[in-house]
Amino acid sequence: MSEASAPDGRPAPFWTLPRLRRWFRKVVSHLGGLGLLAWSIVREGRRRWEGGEILRQMDALGVQSISVANLTCLFTGMVLALQTAHSLAEFGGKLFVGRAVILSLARELGPVLTALMLAARCGAGITAELGTMAVTEQVDALRALGSSPIRKLVLPRVVALTVMLPVLTLIAIFHGMLGGLFIAVFELKIGASFYLSTTLQALSFNDLMHGLCKTPFFGLEIALIGCYNGLSATGGADGVGRATTVAVVVASITILITDFFLSKLFIALPIG
Amino acid sequence: MSEPVVELRAVSKAFGEKVVLDAVDLAVARGEVLVILGGSGSGKSVTLRHMNGLTQPDAGSVFVEGVEVSRLAEEELGEVRRKVGMLFQMGALFDSMTVFENVAFALFEHTKMTGEEIAARVTEVLGFVDLGPDVLPLLPSSLSGGMKKRVSLARTIALKPDVLLYDEPTTGLDPVTAMTINRLIVDLNSRLATTSVVVTHDIASALFVADRIAFLEKGRFAFVGTPGEARSSDVAALRAFLAAEEAGA
Repeated sequence: MSEASAPDGRPAPFWTLPRLRRWFRKVVSHLGGLGLLAWSIVREGRRRWEGGEILRQMDALGVQSISVANLTCLFTGMVLALQTAHSLAEFGGKLFVGRAVILSLARELGPVLTALMLAARCGAGITAELGTMAVTEQVDALRALGSSPIRKLVLPRVVALTVMLPVLTLIAIFHGMLGGLFIAVFELKIGASFYLSTTLQALSFNDLMHGLCKTPFFGLEIALIGCYNGLSATGGADGVGRATTVAVVVASITILITDFFLSKLFIALPIG
Repeated sequence: MSEPVVELRAVSKAFGEKVVLDAVDLAVARGEVLVILGGSGSGKSVTLRHMNGLTQPDAGSVFVEGVEVSRLAEEELGEVRRKVGMLFQMGALFDSMTVFENVAFALFEHTKMTGEEIAARVTEVLGFVDLGPDVLPLLPSSLSGGMKKRVSLARTIALKPDVLLYDEPTTGLDPVTAMTINRLIVDLNSRLATTSVVVTHDIASALFVADRIAFLEKGRFAFVGTPGEARSSDVAALRAFLAAEEAGA
């Protein structure tokens, strides 16, 4: 009988020892692989950078993700305004909607939601692209031609996402604020100038930095996890599909975990 | 035999529990076409990949023109790989690049040639594989299987390598196109004065191009010799290969 099923034929629970051991080994191997890839990037980064390819990736991964990030934050800003107004109404605090929206967006929701959307769009794209190259031997062909897949494929994507994510987040936060403004004016009947002035009064430079300083880490994680899973894909279309799913899930979870620790760190530091 | 261009000394390689190569020795002489023959999954491609460091052995040594490639780190292998071109089974053309960009890739990467010199070299090597300049702007997705192999071959020879490695060059091709590729292998070997190692399970192709045949069975070379010697060999698996060819002829 397979170890995946219990004696009565039901599927074995997740926490059986062999499964846990296998899962643990997989996690350690994944972390080890990511660490080695990061180290290769550092070593390769000291030599030569592909400026043209970095710009191309900044366009493909960054500029072309602007609408996704903006739409996400626009509607999040609208929902935040609606929900906050509803909750604060009984305390007479409807006029503080602008303050609540901008602080939530700038410190937390803007960076995290933008990163999650990019993990889905760019993380999946990177893994699928590099995975297809790996299973069709194009990555081996690069190596066989005396070139470096780290320099040609990984470094440009890592640099592009690390640089572009803060920019995208800033633009997305602005759109979230516009979403809140739209609801404030047309739904809550709050004056636009009042909403904007409370927003600007509430938002400090530290609040903005608290959110934006997390985003290069998120960008680095998305690119690194996407590249690692793509380059280690095996077994044709099925393998690329599996690698893509793993990349998006791992990147999303990593973003949420990192967000907690970075928030703790930044609150302890003067930028919190 | 003069000093071999490529030499495997007691090379072993296993993937998990499966031993693919078991302390194999092989020497490739300058200027010859050596064919590595064997059944599917016998380790032919793994052997080939050791010759340019794409795969590193678990034990033993691999030498290319006297340099022990099995001791080199990935970033030190660039120099060796420029001398050892490899044609991959499915061509492995970069599908986001045009034919020109594919063939010119290594020239832009490793030489200080001007744009005009590169364009001239690309046209020249495409001529070697019987392709005209009309294919230059095409993407790999619009090429037939045979054309992909030829463009890939042009990309491989653009840097004038000393050694050419062919991984299943005729797999997936119709007999006429396969024969065109076979002729190209022989023709390029003499025209460019290179040394060639061809991995195949296509016995007709092997007999056409080979100066020597090395037959891989159960992780070891069961036979190494000329095609004539192969026909009179008493290695049962090799005889079965030859019998299959005669039955198909």
